[in-house]
Amino acid sequence: MELITINDLKVHYPIRSGFFNRVTDYVYAVDGVDFTIERGKTYGLVGESGSGKSTIGKAIVGLEKITSGSIIYEGQDVTKKRVRKGMQYNKDVQMIFQDSMSSLNPKKRVIDIIGEPIRNFEKLSDQEEKKKIKGLLDIVGMPEDALYKYPHEFSGGQRQRIGVARAVATNPKLIVADEPVSALDLSVQAQVLNFMKKIQREYNLSYLFISHDLGVVKHMCDNIAIMNKGRFVEIGTREDIYTNPQHIYTKRLLSAIPKIDVADREEHKELRRKVEREYVQNEKEYYGSNGRVFDLKNVSPTHQVALASAKSGGVQ
Amino acid sequence: MAAGDQLLDIQDLHTGFRIKDEYYDAVDDVSLTLDKNEILAIVGESGCGKSTLATTIMGLHDSKNTRITGEIIYNDLNLIDLNETLYNQIRGNDIGMIFQDPLSALNPLMRVGDQIAEGLTYHTTLNKEQRTERVLELLDQVGIPDPLRISKQFPHELSGGMRQRVIIAIAISCKPPIIIADEPTTALDVTIQAQILDLLKDLQAETQAGIILITHDLGVVAETADRVAVMYAGQIIEQATVQELFENPLHPYTRSLLNSMPQEDAVTDELHVIEGVVPSLTKLPHHGCRFAQRIPWIPAREHETDPILHEVTPGHLVRCTCYKHFHFKDEKGEE
Repeated sequence: MELITINDLKVHYPIRSGFFNRVTDYVYAVDGVDFTIERGKTYGLVGESGSGKSTIGKAIVGLEKITSGSIIYEGQDVTKKRVRKGMQYNKDVQMIFQDSMSSLNPKKRVIDIIGEPIRNFEKLSDQEEKKKIKGLLDIVGMPEDALYKYPHEFSGGQRQRIGVARAVATNPKLIVADEPVSALDLSVQAQVLNFMKKIQREYNLSYLFISHDLGVVKHMCDNIAIMNKGRFVEIGTREDIYTNPQHIYTKRLLSAIPKIDVADREEHKELRRKVEREYVQNEKEYYGSNGRVFDLKNVSPTHQVALASAKSGGVQ
Repeated sequence: MAAGDQLLDIQDLHTGFRIKDEYYDAVDDVSLTLDKNEILAIVGESGCGKSTLATTIMGLHDSKNTRITGEIIYNDLNLIDLNETLYNQIRGNDIGMIFQDPLSALNPLMRVGDQIAEGLTYHTTLNKEQRTERVLELLDQVGIPDPLRISKQFPHELSGGMRQRVIIAIAISCKPPIIIADEPTTALDVTIQAQILDLLKDLQAETQAGIILITHDLGVVAETADRVAVMYAGQIIEQATVQELFENPLHPYTRSLLNSMPQEDAVTDELHVIEGVVPSLTKLPHHGCRFAQRIPWIPAREHETDPILHEVTPGHLVRCTCYKHFHFKDEKGEE
């Protein structure tokens, strides 16, 4: 069952210059992106910095003004603020931010941080609210005495868990997680990812998981979209992307992930260099004139790639 | 390895920070050696003391608030005893440092070329023309296209990967035999990370430098390092060659860390979580195994009272005896 459909989403930022500060050009941060998010699934959005992945996340939550396109939720276009307010969209779609230190108000206690979204959408008595917040803290594995503490009294992993608790406080249907574990250590990252999975099972949530870490994305996501220059270069299931990458950019990203395989590291390096050479040589074949990514074409029912002609098989 | 190849010999190094009239050791009893043409990786989570170790070797600590004991022997000199003037001759000339965040390590008001030339002014007798020539040569060496134009630009005009290349150019400008790279690729994208690590390796092949690579990314370690030291709460808890460490990890901490990574092939539902948190500096236990409180199901008798490094096989050191009977919580232990 589909939850949100995004059609031809575009976010362009104007560049102003000259004497009259006129708009002279645009930055095409997101330039024509279509996809669908289904109930209870996790979608990965992967790309290098500056590829526009966070902009998509922000546009969905409503933090970014979009240039054109539509975001359809329950049959209505939620790109307008008025529509979002009318249908409790803001309650159903929540966000987890990358930097927990700057996304939690340092002057508020945990009870107020997690209580804020609840107060916005529900009318609960103090007792009920407190009970609910305790329940939320319990889900993310935090002790009860955390209620009256301030964000600076927690470690990075604990703060990120508070961020998760705040995001699930309104029983949302979709959570946009923008690099939720990038700033965390390995063991803490494991904790947060486990909690995110547990919450998903309990509430039948959908996630839009934005990350540059392909290892984490592989662990979390059912479907993955690879972004480059504001457009999707490849979209497919986890198996499609990891076992049968078609676009040179995807191959390049995959080959660049460091592998825990000391014995074969020379081969791995050789493969990486080969892909890099291919990328440099054949860049023109994979990108249109003026460097734009081609439109997506079907390779298989679940797998779409941005190639000039839909040649199946590819190079590998 | 022949004895003449040893560049750096660190023995019983302690670096303590003063907090309310008491010193707490952020680096505790660290002994390491670094050979020529070797990449020694130091791995650990944030707060384990790996960066403090780097800054101690570079002599960047304020002597009023830190207490450093032990030996850092370089060229028969104990670096700890050096005064500021002597240290200035070592820094940059003999030990180059690559920092994590290239934007804050570069001077925003100075042209890139001038920043690279700065070290040359202090440490070499080159005149201005020769220095400019060397700067262009260095920029070319670190793979920057059009060195002449880039050398006249400011740091904010460059991309993250380019800035990191500039930092590397500064670090290698005086051809130091030792390079300390403190999380050189943490702020970069994976593709750029691969390029920078390749660059470091290529440069090493040319200069035969010994590199201390500080990182938290086990993947980076597996791809680049020759030897690895794993740090936890200020101490080295395991040290081995890179093959040995990944094939036969012994210490519970190393094994837990490797286990908590999202696995490449097997898609498991639950990731392994290490119980508890890294103890803060002021609350470190003075005796006993520092990892003991995070593996409470291992009985106390398995730990040593004062854990030392045991040489299990030649070159493979493990601290404490708890590794012998360690098992994960959900596994059966052999009784």
